[in-house]
Amino acid sequence: MVRSEKEKKPGWKELPEGDLIIGGGTAKEFKTGGWRSKRPILIPEKCINCMTCWIYCPDSAVIVKDGKVVGFDYEYCKGCGICEHECPVKGKAIKMVSEKEAKASEKK
Amino acid sequence: MAKSNVIARTGNEAMAEAMRQIDPDVVAAYPITPATEIVQIFAGYVADGVVKTEFIPVESEHSAMSACIGASAAGGRAMTGTSSQGLALMAEMLYIAAGLRLPIVLADVNRALSSPINIHCDHSDTMMLKDSGWIQIFSENAQEGYDNMIQAVRIAEGVRLPVMVTTDGFIISHGMERIEILSDEDVKKFIGEYKPEHYLLKTEDPITIGALDLPDYYFEHRRQAAEAMKDSKSVIVDVGKDFAARTGRTYELFEKYKLDDAEFAIVAMGSTAGTTKVVVDSLRAKGMKAGLLKPRVFRPFPKEEIAEALKNLKAIAVMDRSDSMNGHEGPLCLEVKAALYDRSLSKPIVDYIYGLGGREIRMQDIEDVYKEISGILKTKGVGEVKYLGVRE
Amino acid sequence: MANLKELAKQKELFTGGHRGCAGCGAVMIARQVLMAAGPDTVVVSATGCLEVVSSIYPYTAWNVPFLHSAFENAGATISGVEALYKSWARQGRINKKINFIAFGGDGGTYDIGLQSLSGAVERGHNILYVCYNNEAYMNTGVQRSGATPKSADTTTAPVGKVKKGKEQYRKDLTAIMIAHGIPYAAQSIVGNWRDLTSKVEKALSIEGPKFINVFQPCRLGWGYEPELTCEMGRLAADTCTWPLYEVLNGQYKITYKPKEKKPVAEWIKLQGRFRHLMKPENKGLLDEIQALTDKNWEDLLKKEAASAPLKAA
Repeated sequence: MVRSEKEKKPGWKELPEGDLIIGGGTAKEFKTGGWRSKRPILIPEKCINCMTCWIYCPDSAVIVKDGKVVGFDYEYCKGCGICEHECPVKGKAIKMVSEKEAKASEKK
Repeated sequence: MAKSNVIARTGNEAMAEAMRQIDPDVVAAYPITPATEIVQIFAGYVADGVVKTEFIPVESEHSAMSACIGASAAGGRAMTGTSSQGLALMAEMLYIAAGLRLPIVLADVNRALSSPINIHCDHSDTMMLKDSGWIQIFSENAQEGYDNMIQAVRIAEGVRLPVMVTTDGFIISHGMERIEILSDEDVKKFIGEYKPEHYLLKTEDPITIGALDLPDYYFEHRRQAAEAMKDSKSVIVDVGKDFAARTGRTYELFEKYKLDDAEFAIVAMGSTAGTTKVVVDSLRAKGMKAGLLKPRVFRPFPKEEIAEALKNLKAIAVMDRSDSMNGHEGPLCLEVKAALYDRSLSKPIVDYIYGLGGREIRMQDIEDVYKEISGILKTKGVGEVKYLGVRE
Repeated sequence: MANLKELAKQKELFTGGHRGCAGCGAVMIARQVLMAAGPDTVVVSATGCLEVVSSIYPYTAWNVPFLHSAFENAGATISGVEALYKSWARQGRINKKINFIAFGGDGGTYDIGLQSLSGAVERGHNILYVCYNNEAYMNTGVQRSGATPKSADTTTAPVGKVKKGKEQYRKDLTAIMIAHGIPYAAQSIVGNWRDLTSKVEKALSIEGPKFINVFQPCRLGWGYEPELTCEMGRLAADTCTWPLYEVLNGQYKITYKPKEKKPVAEWIKLQGRFRHLMKPENKGLLDEIQALTDKNWEDLLKKEAASAPLKAA
């Protein structure tokens, strides 16, 4: 039983009996994107789709579609910068930018 | 009524026989006197291929309960047996098993807790875990040990709380008795199959068991467990009724022995209750209205029912085979006093702490207890707790 | 091992939304181990960083059956799960192959969990135990463990006016596991996904108890910028601080020999927990680490050269 943080939490009669979570991957309901102070930006024309960023992202926040890296899941990305650091391409296909600035430019 | 077979078995042998017939999926156990024989005998069954059980000879009692938790969470029936220091070592895991609501069954052969180290009978080990969330059922003799183990499986699975069944160390565990056992078929029919809805081996439906609760969920989970403990009372009674229908042997929350018209009663658990019955008969023959209340289920404590049963007595002696170290009385006496208090029943109650570390309790001692409490109304009020049988 | 493109198509068995630090290596290990193991896997974890960040009620990052019971008993707990499987298989109640994997941190494995791990492998359960080794009790705030290397700064063996960090050498738990005679033991790192996943695959193809000790850089406990986690792992291998090797039926094989063995200082200087070692007055301690690293590497090379299988492979 998973609810968003704002909703009222279930009482003891509604919860499954015991310390039991039914289902897998319910952590996806918990968004960790608010943690970051930097965010990765993909430079698609440089990306060789080696998937190194995907395998090393601790938060499974690299989005892959049909064998191609298409972007980042900003709902979970914590801005650690491993993707940029591990990117093997000369000049990097990923750039970490300030989260503040990125958010500001989003609003514009 | 199911057919009964009469055999001679010690308490440990009777427990092992029950386990053989229950035929759990996993038994994980570690040796400790006086419980060792139960799993030793069971290991023999495994070696002979007469059970389907996977036997895990773990490297400590803490690991025994951990492995039982693993097996039970994975979806199977898991059992173990231990005493004293073993129970103390696995104490952390007992609380966890109850909190995870796993229907594990444990044979607890009562033995004193160290220090000093002592291998003989008292109830301190069971009492150490009275707040763990486990259902605790005391057995008077080998027959009850056998019968309680079988009922424990259904009780545990009915309320999703683990159950421990006690027998007195050496006195019962190593004492030969005549017991009536059910057929293998009848035990299987009685306990049925264990088919949990959520379990680890069902990999197509993943679950997480044992998550961390922050303050926003812990209290709700514990409230659930408290409710389950309350509910277990009626389940225990129902299972007892079904068992009685099949065997003719009655099992309720407690046993009353010549209590209904008694004036003076002892409240005692385990093998001492058996000795007390003999003393009651002898005192009745001499004209004293003596009686016995033998609690069978200590957790959950049948407070209202016991208060009701004791309400007409003139004086009560509680026999505690362990000390609660609160400077006043033992754990059983505390429960009895609380039960009577909530009914506004004020009676002289004397607590006798006895039998620690296997100290013998003789019929004469019990008779002296009755004499003492029957004389209490003539003296001024109730004295301090009595230590029965200790050398001053 | 499937290539990354194929892996990326598969269902996520360890999801985002967990509370691991930015740049956490432990969750990387869990994710990669599960990629190699697949969905028919039951996981048991000891109490620790990985367990806490991944399973705060009602959120679980595990998309496989997961059990946590206590801190010191991952070995015993997984033994129970595996034993039930054996019992059911014998009864004909289950026939699909399931992997049984236990995770424990260095705290829950080297120290408090050593007994139950030792018992589990001695009994020969068909399990894989993965230790995510970040060289301290990280979840409780960076206290020293039996895996902490000498001279590291931790909160219970801190660098102060008189003491210079931990005064004891770290245990070699991989050697202890090898001494149990288990069919497969290995060391791996965060930062080389091929090494880790191929070792997990190999382990899971073997019957019996397997152990993989994965060196896990921790940005918070070691004191470095989060983007360096993978690089720190590779540096540990390149300096031979954490050799990558495996022992299969008693036969040693070093799976990575650095072309150019780097001086330990290159790895040390990047970490806050070793900051004091860069001071001239502590050069002796730094030299000691280099000497110890060299000796261990030489010993391992000798073991590889001399080893023969316990039984025919």
